[in-house]
Amino acid sequence: MNYELVIGLEVHIQPNTKSKMFCSCSADIFAAKPNSHTCPTCLGLPGALPVPNKMAIEQLIKLGFAFGCNINLNSKFDRKHYYYPDLPKGYQISQYDKPFCVGGKVVLEGGKEIRITRIHMEEDTGKLSHVENKTLVDYNRSGMPLIELVTEPDFKSLQDLDIFTRELRLILRHLNISDADMEKGQLRLEANVSVRKIGEVNLPNYKVELKNINSFKFMLKAIEFEFKRQSEILESGKTPAQETRGWNENKNETFLQRTKETADDYRYFPEPDIPPILLKQSYVDSLAKCVDDLPIIKRERLKNELGLSEHEINVFINDLGLLKHFYELIKLSEIVNAKDIAKKLVNSKESQKLSAQEFFDLLKNEKSSVITNIDELKEIIKTVITENQKAYEDFKNGNENSIQFLVGQVMKKTKGKADAGVVINIIKGLNGNSLN
Amino acid sequence: MTINDFEKKYNKEDINEYLAQVKEQDKKINSFLYLKKDLSKEIGVPIAIKDMISTKGIVTTAGSKILENYIPPYNATVIDKLERNGYFVIGKTNMDEFAMGSSTENSAYFTTKNPKDLSLVPGGSSGGSAAAVSAGFVPVSLGTDTGGSIRQPASFCGIVGFCPSYGAVSRYGVIAMASSFDQVGVFANNIKDTKAVFDTIRGKDEKDATSFDLPSEKVSESNIIKIGIPENILEGVSKEVKIAFENTVTSLKKNGIEFVQVANTNLQQALAVYYILVPSEVSSNLARFDGVKYGKRENAEDLIELYTKTRTKYLGSEPKRRTIIGTYALSAGYSDKYYKKANILRQQVKDYYTKIFESVDLIMTPTTPTTAFKIGAVQTPIELYLGDIYTTVTKLAGLPAISIPANTNDKLPVGIQFIAGHKKDLQLLQISEKIEQCLQTY
Repeated sequence: MNYELVIGLEVHIQPNTKSKMFCSCSADIFAAKPNSHTCPTCLGLPGALPVPNKMAIEQLIKLGFAFGCNINLNSKFDRKHYYYPDLPKGYQISQYDKPFCVGGKVVLEGGKEIRITRIHMEEDTGKLSHVENKTLVDYNRSGMPLIELVTEPDFKSLQDLDIFTRELRLILRHLNISDADMEKGQLRLEANVSVRKIGEVNLPNYKVELKNINSFKFMLKAIEFEFKRQSEILESGKTPAQETRGWNENKNETFLQRTKETADDYRYFPEPDIPPILLKQSYVDSLAKCVDDLPIIKRERLKNELGLSEHEINVFINDLGLLKHFYELIKLSEIVNAKDIAKKLVNSKESQKLSAQEFFDLLKNEKSSVITNIDELKEIIKTVITENQKAYEDFKNGNENSIQFLVGQVMKKTKGKADAGVVINIIKGLNGNSLN
Repeated sequence: MTINDFEKKYNKEDINEYLAQVKEQDKKINSFLYLKKDLSKEIGVPIAIKDMISTKGIVTTAGSKILENYIPPYNATVIDKLERNGYFVIGKTNMDEFAMGSSTENSAYFTTKNPKDLSLVPGGSSGGSAAAVSAGFVPVSLGTDTGGSIRQPASFCGIVGFCPSYGAVSRYGVIAMASSFDQVGVFANNIKDTKAVFDTIRGKDEKDATSFDLPSEKVSESNIIKIGIPENILEGVSKEVKIAFENTVTSLKKNGIEFVQVANTNLQQALAVYYILVPSEVSSNLARFDGVKYGKRENAEDLIELYTKTRTKYLGSEPKRRTIIGTYALSAGYSDKYYKKANILRQQVKDYYTKIFESVDLIMTPTTPTTAFKIGAVQTPIELYLGDIYTTVTKLAGLPAISIPANTNDKLPVGIQFIAGHKKDLQLLQISEKIEQCLQTY
């Protein structure tokens, strides 16, 4: 019997802000001394009150734009109640029935569509650490802003999940919403995983929540493991239990964290300390105007307007700093064209560190000193081939890597003064016996 | 003792003598949970502070054992404002635990006595603050009012008690009982002192998202003041209250104030709404008192036991009762029936007031159905809740309201409540000054 995965994601994103979500404590908490970034509000001291952080809400709305969500002009915060030592007030300020964003979708490479259910704002909890027989609490993270994005269960494969997560991370970075560093906990994934027979259209009547997995690699492994585990249970005629599971990296398997026999009752009610958030359409429109272009649009522009290669585009899109530098160089350059700038930046790490003036000087020198005498170049190539007969044979047998090696050797001999494109043409031309 | 009286009577040299007198006399009244030991460095007017309000470096218990050892590391905004503007905190006053009660009998520490008659309660929950002013220990004090906790004790103790519009005074640093109702207010012997303190503490606070600045328009002196009296408002009140109320109407009429009858809201229903919404918020606000971060903690084997033992031992029966009611009212399956329905009715009460204030300046009602009762006399919570019938309803709409002592031949004071429209606090105080004059010349 063939089965397929049904996966919905819950993504927690720590947006870039100067201060925490509801107080003026600095949000720069990474690796800070425990409890050094706290105040009456994020410690939940009696009488302290929350005041919402405008910048955090704007970051969320920017993400809403990226997915084409509906922005709720009339939104509010709610209290979500449960007891745990990392939650100092006994409730988390979150959003229940009026999140800032609802609906929306993202179309993945290959045309697969993932629907976004909602994006809401909440506050983070503190962190527990267990030392010997004691438990210590660090409230630095308490009250940090968190954007929660929930998708519909539209993922059917690990590839979908991989593409989506990469794209999401790019969006977060390009729109300066978040650095989205998973190691620092700025991007956290939870997956609701179930399995059904291929061809079945209804959603399964259970789901397993995979939680507290702090690396994407492990998340994929955990889902793979769950696919097998749940398929086997279904195959035996049973239904997997509704539960929360984690990942044990030593045993390479998921393990039970919590059973969920009954629905949690969080006793949500509107946060009375924060009046409803009423956004003006004009304000939302003005925000929309300030939002940077999505990576997908930047890609198209690099391709259509500047004619860059797929590889160059990928390098730039994945390295925001470099992309920015690239555009600055284009702006400053008078004679050198964008393609040459891109080529140099992508192929030479050293060139990325140069100032604009140094960079242009380098390009100019290389251009002027490049070997223009084809015969001279042919002689050098011949020598290289003689010295590297094996590589040349490999190339002739269709090994593309060998040509790169040969070009490298030519570059070495000419101290970089050869034009790689021309060298390749000549070597390839060898087949058509035009080396003479 | 008014602010003026205090300034005439005491100078800087004998301030500790004054403190000693207060300490001695308070042995009979028990209004203070905490009194400062030395006032020699203090400057200005002494003010007593309800123990619901955070004072940096001074134990703040909210009348509860669970906070017996809690010392706030910060001041409530109102304390900062007072200390910067010529007032100093003399001490913290007794109250019903977490402001739940109407007599101070729910204090985890002791019951405060009514200075007018020591066998009677001073009212509550801000009973200590009311008694301290009534006994002449301080000219002014701060209380908090969630459903009448300033106006009712002011009425019982024969002083002025003012509860501002919800949001007119910052709640930052004020321990929360029911966040959408709680409001800091003032006890004093006259309107002038009430206004002086109110002007000091009011205004938008960046740390309280629900706070705002009041509009400052005044009532024109030439306007005839029109007061509405809800129909059948005296139904079920005691004889003393009825007489005091009618006398007040008579003397105000003599001074050119007009009276009209207005529709009454369903007070019983309003009280029911109040006692759904307040416990709901209480159940949420009291969740932080879990023994983990501050306050008292019981030793336990695991987390659940720590929570259970700590809260069982250190929370009193009224906070427990309201936590249970509120948890129930917010639970899945019940929330629609109770919490949400109550909110719809709350909006109806707001609409009722909006309509009434289209045609009158103020509404006048008794503050309480009876005068102060004997310590230990009220047996059931329901009896106590019913005593709040005139004061809880204004809080559903967040309106400003003041209790002013009526003239009475009786030994026990009776307070009359005047209610104004939302954000009309300054107009209410302006008219109250006139009412005060009328009652004095009567």
